[in-house]
Amino acid sequence: MRDVAIVSFAQAKNVRRELDANEVEMVMPVVREAVEQSGIPRREIDFTCSGSCDYLAGQPFSFVSALDAVGAWPPISESHVEMDGAWALYEAWVKIQIGDIDSALIYAFGKASMGDLPDVLTLQLDPYYMAPLSPDSVSLAALQARAYLETSGHSERDLAVIAARSRKDAKTNPAAQLTGDFDPERLLGDPYLVSPLRKHDCPPISDGAAAIVLAAGDLARKVSKRPAWIRGIDHRIEAHGLGNRDLAKSLSTAEAGRRAGVGDGNVDVAELHAPFTHQELILRDALGLANDVRVNPSGGPLAGNPMMVAGLARFGEAARLLMDGQASRAVAHATSGPCLQQNMVAVLEGE
Amino acid sequence: MGEHCAIVGIGQTKHDTLRIDVSVPGLIREAVTKAFEDAGVSWGDIDAVVLGKAPDMFEGTMMPELFLADALGAVGKPMLRVHTAGSVGGSTALVAASLIQAGIHKRVLTVAYEKQSESNAMWALTVRIPFQQAIVAGAGGYFAPLIRAYMARTKAPEDTGIRVALKDRLNALKNPTSHLTFPDVTYDMVRDSPMLWDPIRYLETCPSSDGACAMVLAAEDAAKQSPNPPAWVHGTAMRSEPTMFPGRDQVNPQAGRDCAAELYKKAGIQNPRKELDCAEIYVPFSWFEPMWMENLGFAPEGEGWKMTQEGATAIDGDLPVNASGGVLSSNPIGASGMIRFAESALQVRGRAGEHQVPGAKKALGHAYGGGSQFFAMWIVGSEQP
Repeated sequence: MRDVAIVSFAQAKNVRRELDANEVEMVMPVVREAVEQSGIPRREIDFTCSGSCDYLAGQPFSFVSALDAVGAWPPISESHVEMDGAWALYEAWVKIQIGDIDSALIYAFGKASMGDLPDVLTLQLDPYYMAPLSPDSVSLAALQARAYLETSGHSERDLAVIAARSRKDAKTNPAAQLTGDFDPERLLGDPYLVSPLRKHDCPPISDGAAAIVLAAGDLARKVSKRPAWIRGIDHRIEAHGLGNRDLAKSLSTAEAGRRAGVGDGNVDVAELHAPFTHQELILRDALGLANDVRVNPSGGPLAGNPMMVAGLARFGEAARLLMDGQASRAVAHATSGPCLQQNMVAVLEGE
Repeated sequence: MGEHCAIVGIGQTKHDTLRIDVSVPGLIREAVTKAFEDAGVSWGDIDAVVLGKAPDMFEGTMMPELFLADALGAVGKPMLRVHTAGSVGGSTALVAASLIQAGIHKRVLTVAYEKQSESNAMWALTVRIPFQQAIVAGAGGYFAPLIRAYMARTKAPEDTGIRVALKDRLNALKNPTSHLTFPDVTYDMVRDSPMLWDPIRYLETCPSSDGACAMVLAAEDAAKQSPNPPAWVHGTAMRSEPTMFPGRDQVNPQAGRDCAAELYKKAGIQNPRKELDCAEIYVPFSWFEPMWMENLGFAPEGEGWKMTQEGATAIDGDLPVNASGGVLSSNPIGASGMIRFAESALQVRGRAGEHQVPGAKKALGHAYGGGSQFFAMWIVGSEQP
């Protein structure tokens, strides 16, 4: 495999409702910042790939206009996944592996404020057997949380501790939406949203955008003092039906983590795309992370969760720690679908 | 260029207005089962799945790859979902090919589909305010002015579109998967069909179809074990240009010209009209045949219509275009691009049946989307490059 690294990362501030900018206007400054940071002139970037979802805007082809934010003139080599931007990063990584190109721009955007997100996500379910029952995304996560708490020995208090830690860590992240000091004991005094989940166990609803530039081998070394090298990357999907898999485990994360080589060395830090508190614990188990591995120092999805962006942002946040020299080996993770149906895992290393 | 990639299995559904006999998973399985039979493989032989389709709103399911993971045998495997507007079927095949070319997988299943009977594509494709001014209705409303501009520029005979439609509708009679078939179609019948978006007549327009297309792509070793002759990928290319940009020429887009130039370079093609034996081009409205002939460099600028008028693009012409009957005959939108790619591969494998172009060795598959701004292309050949 060719050595490929993340050489820059930029993201918009996560907000509940972006009223002043449409999707193109959200993407444009983020793309500009990532490209500038990368040190690679925009016209020399070989490939562009994006991730987004029409259902958030409620209109077909929302990615078509977003392309205008990139300045695709003269015409560019470009593609799009109707998935989280992390999968766009994977597509670009594959393209670079072929050997014809050396760099790629990846961006993602999501403006959930244009609809009612839990209801919109219901339309992601099997249209014949599940969607007609209209379970919302929080209720499905609650089923998973119940299954996990009853088999793992963890308590609702453990979940509140994760929420408090995430919001506290997010205080140093200028892009975070939900920050502050919270006492887990007081959080536990709140009523259930959907038992066993309380409001703090759920991610905020966010509008956001993010961009990353990838570069291969010598180009990465030339433009970056400390590139964040992708040492392994893999993704797997599981059965869709919630009755067809063990919700308390994430077999696809475990398999992707094994193939990405998570266990082949010491992990300093992990950025996990766990929108709900209990999912962080499920992912920790699946990846076999030791107790001292720091998870989501950015605050993670519990501090800001723009759909289609939050997975790519995990890659960016993990890479930033390596580029800043704060860590030398990191795990980045992205998820898609109800109850962690699809998962991607990468191992990133500093120079 | 990376590892060699071959197409070893191809399957299509019977495309139709309303496939009420199958669900979405059933529609996909029909195409995949045929592709597996052709390739002599089964679910266990597949390393990864790449799915493509046009807007999710056509069927009303957001990110349908999630619920289709089971029907596509993707559980425990990597699965990607591509969406690049109308070119998506083509770019999906290119993403699948890149997984082989990068040396990551041995066999990849790629599938594209649309079940348009679940909604109304005409209005689904009409972008509404506040996203765009309400000035056009459907794709025909968008493309008709571009055709008008082409006619004004080239002074092409007014019946060029009719001739394209007649040719493609006659070709469709030779293809068992065709959605629209008019056994007694004539020049007069096309000419006298109702005008929908002037100058596009009813019979010069693509249908809305339910349908799917599947391909099994394989690395060199796996391709050499396959029971039927493979088609080899000689080159691939993608290009996109912006939507709102006054410098665009939407009649003869720069993105299409650049895409073709890179493609020919990669495939070592100097003279595409001479060196290619046939082409499957994305022609949703008849006039796009002459327009793309110029954009793809088969004809000098302003002279694409001559190829149609002279019969060069007929199945017995010097460059048969859309021997399958093309998008005018079957149009499950998300799959239409992949069908072009698959039909070009069928031709060089000698497995196109009644619509086989005799002795085809090298062929072009082409797809475009958006407002003529997204392009995906490949060249496949019977010989390993």
